[in-house]
Amino acid sequence: MTEVRDTPDERGDDPDGDEGVDTGTVAHVAGLARVDLAGDEPERFAAQFEEILGYFETLDEVPEIERDPELTNVMRPDEVTESLDREAALRNASETEDGQFKGPRVS
Amino acid sequence: MEHNGYITETEIQGRPDGPLAGRTVAVKDNLSTEGVRTTCGSAMLEAYVPPYDATVVERLKQAGATITGKTNMDEFGMGTTTETSAFGAVENPAAPGRVPGGSSGGSAAVVAAGDADLALGTDTGGSVRCPAAFCGVVGIKPTYGLVSRYGLVAYANSLEQVGPIAPTVTEAAELLEVIAGPDSHDATTHDATDHGTDYEFAAAADGDVDGLTVGVPTELLDGAHEGVREQFRAAIESLESQGVTTQAVSLPSVEHAVEAYYVIAMGEASSNLARYDGVRYGVSGGYDGDWNDSFARSREAGFGEEVKRRVLLGTYALSAGYQDKYYRKAQDARAWVQQDFDAAFESVDVLASPTMPVPPFERGESLDDPLQMYLADANTTPVNLANLPAISVPVGETDGLPVGLQFVGPAFGEKTIIRAGSALS
Repeated sequence: MTEVRDTPDERGDDPDGDEGVDTGTVAHVAGLARVDLAGDEPERFAAQFEEILGYFETLDEVPEIERDPELTNVMRPDEVTESLDREAALRNASETEDGQFKGPRVS
Repeated sequence: MEHNGYITETEIQGRPDGPLAGRTVAVKDNLSTEGVRTTCGSAMLEAYVPPYDATVVERLKQAGATITGKTNMDEFGMGTTTETSAFGAVENPAAPGRVPGGSSGGSAAVVAAGDADLALGTDTGGSVRCPAAFCGVVGIKPTYGLVSRYGLVAYANSLEQVGPIAPTVTEAAELLEVIAGPDSHDATTHDATDHGTDYEFAAAADGDVDGLTVGVPTELLDGAHEGVREQFRAAIESLESQGVTTQAVSLPSVEHAVEAYYVIAMGEASSNLARYDGVRYGVSGGYDGDWNDSFARSREAGFGEEVKRRVLLGTYALSAGYQDKYYRKAQDARAWVQQDFDAAFESVDVLASPTMPVPPFERGESLDDPLQMYLADANTTPVNLANLPAISVPVGETDGLPVGLQFVGPAFGEKTIIRAGSALS
């Protein structure tokens, strides 16, 4: 799922945020997120995103912080233990074939 | 039941004996229950039946609890009112016509209505404490890592914890004793005994606060509703009469907690919710077209509006050119909040604030204004950013609407906040 269908220059590259959010920006992001939008969602989201992202911009006032996260080594030896059997793991899939998930064609 | 608190009612019988024998516990519907559907309040998972139990559910059964059902919630935990559920809104048993708070609104409502003795919720940015405050019951958000997240359907992993909701501080502490402790299935869990404490949480609810120092962050009090502030002040006076010393403290970083929280939570959500592709689980319409088309249509059908909003905003904030502007700054803000809390705990034992700056909203009030709903999380989100424990306890009413007070403690300071909370009941 790393393929990006829309090239960055098509839309939305506006890191300063001063061009605002329009329905094209919303459609671009919806494409990246693989979520179709319904009805008047593009218009409504554009107005709401403008307001919400404007609020997020107050993060500009946050000073750069020296971050010193406490890291703990949680690696362990790889030991084989019991896990879900294949049948249980496939039980919630709408389609399976030969003990595997069946999805739509890739392209 | 009449409050729509449950999505699925059932009866799962635990062992015949144990500390919770004879008691009923409702479980939020984002905690996996083997053989009992777990929807996360989403149409996407309407028919999803987990093949295994969450660790906390397994521990409830071992402790002898009877699980009464799966409680209603904002879809995937995304909301402050329990109105974004695909299974309908929950009503507040303690304040008719008002929302129960969210996202664990069903859990708080069934406890407040007496339909279950206890409940489990989850708290990513206040989702246990907010509904506890709005429904007039007790809720605890544990230190990050005290309780296993194995089997909790992920919304924002770096922020969320499972926590108890109960009528009293002692009962909430008893339920926390059952669910706390390390788990080999969750590498982020810690053993409290490695952090200078133990698991005797219920014994800490002794009301003995003589000599305790309580800090009140001015930033979390100044903007609050007047009626909420009145109840808060009365509770502080009660603590002072019991030998508590209070002092004002300043946490300038928390002014940026809400935006930092939402950038981080939405970013993590946009990645976590990518698993709902309609192939392994989730809605599948048997659509024509390739993977991307089918995936996008399945998610259009399965996700509600607030979930789409957060997935899209998270995708935007993490996309090329915007990461530094939003996500990196949000991580700076998170580190700043952590430093502010650390500094405050050098001079006080616990911090106190109103849990929610406002009384429960009227139903429907915030649905068309998502930013207004996000801003209501001002007092709860700093705690998740800083990985700290907090408890919300009821401290009376304003115009008949419940008010909650929140105590925040240092990491693994559960016993201190439980002790402080028990002095107000």
